[in-house]
Amino acid sequence: MTSQTVSIAITGAGGAGVMTAGQMLLDAAAKAGLYGLMTRSSGPQIRGGEAAAFIRLSSDPVACPDDHFDVLFCFDWMNVDRFAAELPLRNDSVIIGDASAGEAPDVLKNSGARMVLVPLSDTAKEVEGGRPNMIGLGMLGEIAGLPLDALSAILEKVLKRKGQTALDASIAGVKRGMEVAGELEAEIGINLHLASKDSETTRWSLTGNEAAGMGAIRGGVRFCAAYPITPATEILEWLAPNLEKVGGTLVQAEDELASVNMIIGGSFGGVPSITATSGPGLALMTEALGLAVSAEIPIVVVDVMRGGPSTGIPTKSEQSDLNIALHGLHGDAPHIVTAPNSISDCLFTTQWTVHLAEALQTTAIVLSDQSLGQSRNVIDKPADLAFVAKREVAPAHVVDYKRYALTDSGVSPMAIPGTPGGEYVADGLETQENARPSSQAEDHYAQLDKRERKLTGFDYGQHWAEIEGDSDFAVITFGSVTAPVREAIKRLEGEGQKVKLISMRLLAPALPDRFNEAMAGVKKALVVEQTHSKQFYRYLRSEFDLPKDTTVLAKPGPLPFRPNEIVTQIKELA
Amino acid sequence: MDQVVQHKPLTFKDYKSDYKPVWCPGCGDFSVLASVTKALAELQIARENCAVISGIGCSSRIPAYTSVYGFHGIHGRALASATGLKVARPDLTVIATGGDGDGFSIGGNHFLHACRRNVDMTYIVMDNEVYGMTKGQASPTTASDWEGSKLTPHGTGVSPFNPLAVALSAGAGFVARGFAGDPNGSAKLITQAIQHKGFSFVQILSPCVTFRPEQTEWKKIIRKGEISETNALAEAMAFLATDDGFSTGVLYETQRPVYAPKQEEKYSVKDIEASFEL
Repeated sequence: MTSQTVSIAITGAGGAGVMTAGQMLLDAAAKAGLYGLMTRSSGPQIRGGEAAAFIRLSSDPVACPDDHFDVLFCFDWMNVDRFAAELPLRNDSVIIGDASAGEAPDVLKNSGARMVLVPLSDTAKEVEGGRPNMIGLGMLGEIAGLPLDALSAILEKVLKRKGQTALDASIAGVKRGMEVAGELEAEIGINLHLASKDSETTRWSLTGNEAAGMGAIRGGVRFCAAYPITPATEILEWLAPNLEKVGGTLVQAEDELASVNMIIGGSFGGVPSITATSGPGLALMTEALGLAVSAEIPIVVVDVMRGGPSTGIPTKSEQSDLNIALHGLHGDAPHIVTAPNSISDCLFTTQWTVHLAEALQTTAIVLSDQSLGQSRNVIDKPADLAFVAKREVAPAHVVDYKRYALTDSGVSPMAIPGTPGGEYVADGLETQENARPSSQAEDHYAQLDKRERKLTGFDYGQHWAEIEGDSDFAVITFGSVTAPVREAIKRLEGEGQKVKLISMRLLAPALPDRFNEAMAGVKKALVVEQTHSKQFYRYLRSEFDLPKDTTVLAKPGPLPFRPNEIVTQIKELA
Repeated sequence: MDQVVQHKPLTFKDYKSDYKPVWCPGCGDFSVLASVTKALAELQIARENCAVISGIGCSSRIPAYTSVYGFHGIHGRALASATGLKVARPDLTVIATGGDGDGFSIGGNHFLHACRRNVDMTYIVMDNEVYGMTKGQASPTTASDWEGSKLTPHGTGVSPFNPLAVALSAGAGFVARGFAGDPNGSAKLITQAIQHKGFSFVQILSPCVTFRPEQTEWKKIIRKGEISETNALAEAMAFLATDDGFSTGVLYETQRPVYAPKQEEKYSVKDIEASFEL
């Protein structure tokens, strides 16, 4: 018998090679024609603390963690109890530990899962140059049903630089691990082998942060100013070498006040520009976000949300920057807020958002989060998209050029430095059409209307939301909670229960007509969000009419939503 | 970008806009504006290829009074915006401008890092030792015993900031001081600063006739051109140790590697995408 999906957690002390083994397992699974997802967790130590890799492999695409783990593989018991809340186990789950690692902690012994001890370190010693993490990789590969050649191919790719001896030792370790697991499978009667499907499509392996970077480059971004912050840093670190490849530039700024003002400067110069940050950085940037709205300079800020307020839980996910993204700017400052709803959608949404910011000459915030940004997903190669930066620019030698001309669309052609005749001053002050400062009521009214009009009158097409299924019961989501909701809905469908999904990609400006259209016939709604104060529900209430019968499932970080929580909630309500 | 062939040389007037400044009559900033436009005329920089960037404050209103591209951003961030513009558009001549409050207080961190980073641009600070736009509060360069502000009626009790010394220690490769009462001298300093390859810093003492009327006396004590230029950091520092702040001229010029990442398209977007393939 084969299963459709298998979830494996790997834990160990720093240096045990947990992340290496986890990533190799994921990549080997992809090589073998499977899909997968890997999230990671670690203790507070900068380096060398305990670590956990959470891997879900599947015959079909997967976008979120499963309800529980089938296998918990512990290289040692070091602080494994720290991860207990992140490790839901069932009675049929298997915990595999090293026989020479001493006593397992009570939290695992009392979990109800079966505990199997294998001589992990001793087996590694039998192999010349063998390391326990390679034995573990072989064991887990065998348990998931991966062929040796898929594992060897990944080892070759990763260890090529380390020389033939290291590679041979690792392959020998993996082989030995597969044998050990083979015996174990027979002995305890587990079989979690996955059926791989022949695939014509090219597979990509990427994190949400890499996907956001790729979306930016695809969208035409060629300048980035960067200030590191967890969990957004990888976007910036990915962009540094890759922007360089396509002739773009990245500057490391002295703080977030600098990074956001630098990208405003770069974009004023006509170069599509981006930065990435997380909550504390976004808070610092908000004054400048208003400047870009006022001066009508397109910029994109990717906010990879983490637990807040303040320093909060930097390494864990939450959706609680929604309020500041929507309402943090002072004055009446219409701007764009979008949210990718999966790791692969980080690419689409960032690319689309660059397109929107450029077309509408305004500030755009992409609300990603830690669980999207720092998780790695094996997906089908995304389709090419037509969305690229296309700014309406003023030609040379315009007579009486008016930077903030009151056009019907609200978008005014922007003169880019270097264009003779277009010389104007971009300003945070309110202006007249000709860009000269004004404190006159008529100018303020006209420019406020113009900046609002260009956003509300724009045709965002179908991308404002993903609407799936048809039912009088709808679940409304944004961002990373969409994936477990989608999986829950799929499971319910299998049981004959229909549920509609409305996952909003465009949060600002709010489009009441489109929302009402999507909600036509819906009598009951469930709002799912990862916040404590129901920020998304309050936003929906303020912008749209919701059915009287609307329930909120709000849970703050750090623990992710699992599909069964949502299944249970929907069943209670339906 | 279109290149305009200039048949007739541009004069300083061609770099001025017809917009009437908000400055008080007698403000030193008028003559700094004259110096900036004279420097641009001296260098015959095409108007469309120059951008004047500023933050907030009286002197930060200067971009609108020029005829080149301008950017009047938010308080303290002129250098950040200017850095972004110059790195993204290395073909432009970028001049950041502002006052002592904007540059040394709220924008102090950017000043340090602009000196270190050494992007090829010029920073002109019109220093009047006071916040004028908010009607007369002490700035980082105000003397500690100045009791003219309602906000600090007993004086600030805080040692003033020495912009030139900070610029030197933060690594600026061009450091100069001018005086608004000497517009031709300041124009020369600005010209030299723009020509310098890398970050150049020019402090221009620019009296505030409204909130620091005593500064009208500066013209009597200024020693024009008395600073002798050096490329030795220790000499420049030693000069500042005994300096009373009223000598003008170029203090220090040296050549350091300029921060200017190359912009060469070596790969296609598809090449980058291929890195995700397994």
